[in-house]
Amino acid sequence: MIDVWTVVGLVGAGTIAIKAAGPVLLGGRPLPPRLGGVIELLAPALLGALVAVQTFQDGERLVLDERVLGVAAAAVAIRLKAPLLVVVVVAAATTALARAVT
Amino acid sequence: MAERTFRDGVRAMAPLVVAVLGFAISFGVLARAAGFGWLAPIVMSATTFAGSAQFAAVSVLGDGGTVAAAVAAALLLNARYGPIGISVARWLTGGAWSRFLHAQLVVDESWAIAAEGEGRFNRGVLLGAGLVLYLAWVAGTAIGAILGEAFGDPSALGLDAAFAALFLGLLVPIAKDRRHVAAALLGAGIALVLTPFTPAGVPIVAASAACLLGLRR
Repeated sequence: MIDVWTVVGLVGAGTIAIKAAGPVLLGGRPLPPRLGGVIELLAPALLGALVAVQTFQDGERLVLDERVLGVAAAAVAIRLKAPLLVVVVVAAATTALARAVT
Repeated sequence: MAERTFRDGVRAMAPLVVAVLGFAISFGVLARAAGFGWLAPIVMSATTFAGSAQFAAVSVLGDGGTVAAAVAAALLLNARYGPIGISVARWLTGGAWSRFLHAQLVVDESWAIAAEGEGRFNRGVLLGAGLVLYLAWVAGTAIGAILGEAFGDPSALGLDAAFAALFLGLLVPIAKDRRHVAAALLGAGIALVLTPFTPAGVPIVAASAACLLGLRR
């Protein structure tokens, strides 16, 4: 639980500082375009990693289990432009159903 | 056209409130399932106010990753708020304290709605949209975190797959062109290759190196 509050505190303080940095300190100066291009790709790189790890990781192993079916169902829901809550519920329900059957 | 105001920001965001509430409820439920209790998720939503980073921190720590890995993954995801903050800096007038508070309400959605083209931003719209989002985000988290206990075993409910689905749902809209897709695939590859050999959370942080693709023009 101490770890939880440390993470909550550090992520909160860090995010508040990142958001405030531009408006409070820098004024209207733009970033160098190369740095901007790198920062722009941080979010897709991390989200891609999170999708992969959350789908296949089991401790320190990579496994194929019912989660793959849930994520595949989620991909279909995203393709059909479903809202995020529906996407999440579809994935959980598909995975739960597959676990109940097997 | 009359200048847009605070009320226009509120009105523009209103249709999104249900979606934001649902997203926030799922954060509360998943954070509770990952061992965060009920209060910590609410405090996190009130201070961090950035969905993808909060989910990342919860999932890394819930998988047994270290505090450092969880914090690094979340802050790297929020690094985009550096340049976003700089883009609105000129339009946030007022004292340092007022600019500081306004800056906290700048998230992807409020920023997009407040944009008026040619790099101009409307401060009133930003404030209205940001406040509506903030209230929905914190309220939804509270509902999910407090009622989360009512949901039984997270694995039987498929909540572990919900994390992956959620990150995919956040990724698809921002994967706008080939560079973004390439960064996402490279990030996924780095993380999968490292997973068997490194402690939980490290693969996620290491995957951020895929952003260096942005150095190529």
